[in-house]
Amino acid sequence: MNNIPATDQAYGPRDYKSSVKPVWCPGCGDYTVLSSITKALAALALDPENVAVISGIGCSSRIPAYLNTYGFHGVHGRALALATGLKLSRPDLNVLVTGGDGDGFSIGGNHFLHACRRNVDLTYIVMDNRVYGMTKGQPSPTTEPDWDSALAPGGTGLRPFNPLVIALASGANFIARGFSGDPNGTAKLIVDAIRSPGFSFVEVLSPCVTFRGDQRGWKQMVRPAPVDPTEDIGRAARRLMTDDGMNLGVLYQGHREPYVLENNPVYIDAAQLEDQFKL
Amino acid sequence: MQKMISVALTGSGGSGVITAGNMILQAAARAGFFGQFGRSSGPQIRGGEAAAMLHLSNHPVDAPGDVFKILVALDWHNTDRFAVELPLSNDSLIIADPDQGDIPDVLLESGAKVVEIPLKKLSKQVAKGRPNMVAVGLISGILGLGEDVVDQAMVKALSKRGEDALTSSRGAAALGRDAANEIEFQASLGDAPQQTNARWLLNGNEATGFGALLGGIRFVAAYPITPATEVLEWMSPNLKKLGGALVQAEDELASINMIIGASYGGTPSLTATSGPGLALMLESLGLAIASEIPVVIVDVMRGGPSTGIPTKSEQSDLNIALFGPHGDAPHLVLAPSGIQDCVKTTAWAVQLAEATQTPTVVLSDQLLGQTRAVVERPDTLPAGSMRKTSAASDEGYQRYLVDNSGISAMAVPGTAGCQYTADGLEHDPVGVPSSQVADHRAQLDKRAGKIENYDFGDDWADIEGDGDLAVIAWGSTAGVVREAIRRLDKGGLNLRLIVPRLLAPAQPSRMAEALKGCDRALSIELSHGAQFYHYLKGYYDIACPLTQYHRPGPLPFRPGELVQEIENWSRS
Repeated sequence: MNNIPATDQAYGPRDYKSSVKPVWCPGCGDYTVLSSITKALAALALDPENVAVISGIGCSSRIPAYLNTYGFHGVHGRALALATGLKLSRPDLNVLVTGGDGDGFSIGGNHFLHACRRNVDLTYIVMDNRVYGMTKGQPSPTTEPDWDSALAPGGTGLRPFNPLVIALASGANFIARGFSGDPNGTAKLIVDAIRSPGFSFVEVLSPCVTFRGDQRGWKQMVRPAPVDPTEDIGRAARRLMTDDGMNLGVLYQGHREPYVLENNPVYIDAAQLEDQFKL
Repeated sequence: MQKMISVALTGSGGSGVITAGNMILQAAARAGFFGQFGRSSGPQIRGGEAAAMLHLSNHPVDAPGDVFKILVALDWHNTDRFAVELPLSNDSLIIADPDQGDIPDVLLESGAKVVEIPLKKLSKQVAKGRPNMVAVGLISGILGLGEDVVDQAMVKALSKRGEDALTSSRGAAALGRDAANEIEFQASLGDAPQQTNARWLLNGNEATGFGALLGGIRFVAAYPITPATEVLEWMSPNLKKLGGALVQAEDELASINMIIGASYGGTPSLTATSGPGLALMLESLGLAIASEIPVVIVDVMRGGPSTGIPTKSEQSDLNIALFGPHGDAPHLVLAPSGIQDCVKTTAWAVQLAEATQTPTVVLSDQLLGQTRAVVERPDTLPAGSMRKTSAASDEGYQRYLVDNSGISAMAVPGTAGCQYTADGLEHDPVGVPSSQVADHRAQLDKRAGKIENYDFGDDWADIEGDGDLAVIAWGSTAGVVREAIRRLDKGGLNLRLIVPRLLAPAQPSRMAEALKGCDRALSIELSHGAQFYHYLKGYYDIACPLTQYHRPGPLPFRPGELVQEIENWSRS
């Protein structure tokens, strides 16, 4: 997070909401993730004009339009790259990235690796529902191998991608898991993620009630992580590799320095560059 | 009296022919001559083949010479691969090292005179001496370049390599110069012209980077690719002097999105790539068009399609630059007409992108980008750019407001009360996603209209001469056509040359004006598919009969070839 002096003005979550009505299905987990984001921004009292929320394509990527902050709803899979360019050139802004599992881990997988590796001060919130919802129910990289769909009858047979482990291995400095059914807990995780310097990754289990009705059962399955957050990358790796994906909370807090561009003083005028060509 | 001497130096990749070519050009420039130095190389980094091709003159050089007066070969490895790029005549001289094997027949067929000099053995007479430095002395001796300017060029090139490297190079060059004295062959450049204006020594890729910074670019994200990488390598340290920065992206999809993000944040931003990278960027080029984010994309073209011929030039990315993005996607495409013009055109690209909030593609190519030249400095340097932004507002800010100009204020994040979401989805004037009939129509009209109605002024093209036969060419082809026209003019054929710098949006009425009084027109381009010709036919209203001459790369046009084509056409 930046040292932007927030104004004395106190903000409520509503101050961050726009008047645009979400396209989401009734009961979609993303509604509460949206409210967790606005709660987190209010808790941090960030001026809306100093926040930018960047997304790609998919149900959850619609979020920027529902916020009263600056936003960018770009193309599928490239939100992290766009956010990286914005944050590097405008380190004074608080930049959040929102999206889904298909956007982030399939079409955008390479950018996910490099965003973790680069460790720019971004907060990346992935609403993981293990399905492509906007295109009406195809398997994503986090979908179980036997999940039946029209595109992959009987299931893909593929082992799901473990985004938290990959984030850790690639260099993310903060890793947490939340659940959309716990909006206050998720808001707290987002606050911690924004406060943590460097690249912060928050996976939020956010059920798709339309195509993954079975995910209603997540409410009974999730639990607060039975251990405190670790700063030990080896311990974090073992936990993330072996948990069942239902432990909630901050799961890793690192100490990598965020990547910033050198703060180069302007010491010449562009026209002076001509000297190197002069004979 | 205009005089040009072309010299080729060949050897295996890594043998130092490019370093030697640079030194000779630098020495000639210091002596007061003009020149061009192009290179031909295979895809290998080391151990392939390489040729340094110098064209030195007492006049500004628009085009390479037709034949090489002198060919110096350090060795003959793989020379057959590019022998066709090294035309010789019975007036030429081949200097060969007898210890490196026989001279390929393909070169001897020219009837060129042959002189054998043991370059490698000579170089061994000096501690750590290298044959390429013997060649520098040899060539500069034959050309009549003074020892002082050659020495200055060596000091400049080797200053970072230490005193030993300089001493051995000096020694090797002196032996080469001695050898030159033994050769009976007339190829002196003569007296240097009176120098009136200031001159630059630079290649097109550096000129492009310089123009970009003059235009105001302060953020670059890019992925390495031949032959565009030098644009980036020049910009990276120079951006830092201006408070800007370059980021190496993980791929071209990331490069263009990073610059879209940076530009959204208020910083004029650019990426440079070649055909394959441009192909990867197209979806996001469309995003920048739809969300009205100014960005500049430089494409230093090479032979295509696919990986094609990465190290050699072609003008075959015109179609993708003009028509690549899906949907109705108006954007700007510009093309520099020469090495020096890369400065002006790239700066103009930044100015236009920022002024119209429209992504702009600059089509350079390998010939412009990697040819180093001595050119006259333009009288004025291009100015920076301006973007229409918004002040803080209490309410009612509309990012995509529709008015007559089509150019709506673009709030910089941090501006209170102007928060909006930039969107690749069709949107209403506020920026809220909309699939409504009226919004789509209004925003399409806005994005097309803002560049259709923009006054691009006289810079849209360079127009020379007033003949009633017109030649239309663009990019690196323009200089060769100019030289061909100069020769034909001496023979009494009066021609008109039209070189469009603004390729999109098409300027049919300006073109019609430029062609006024012409009986016929001929388009010339380096593309197998005659892309430029078809563009002229489809998008311009050309009243006189238009014919065309085109062929693919990688062999660049030479003036003699175009003299013949234009002459035949003028008589037909």
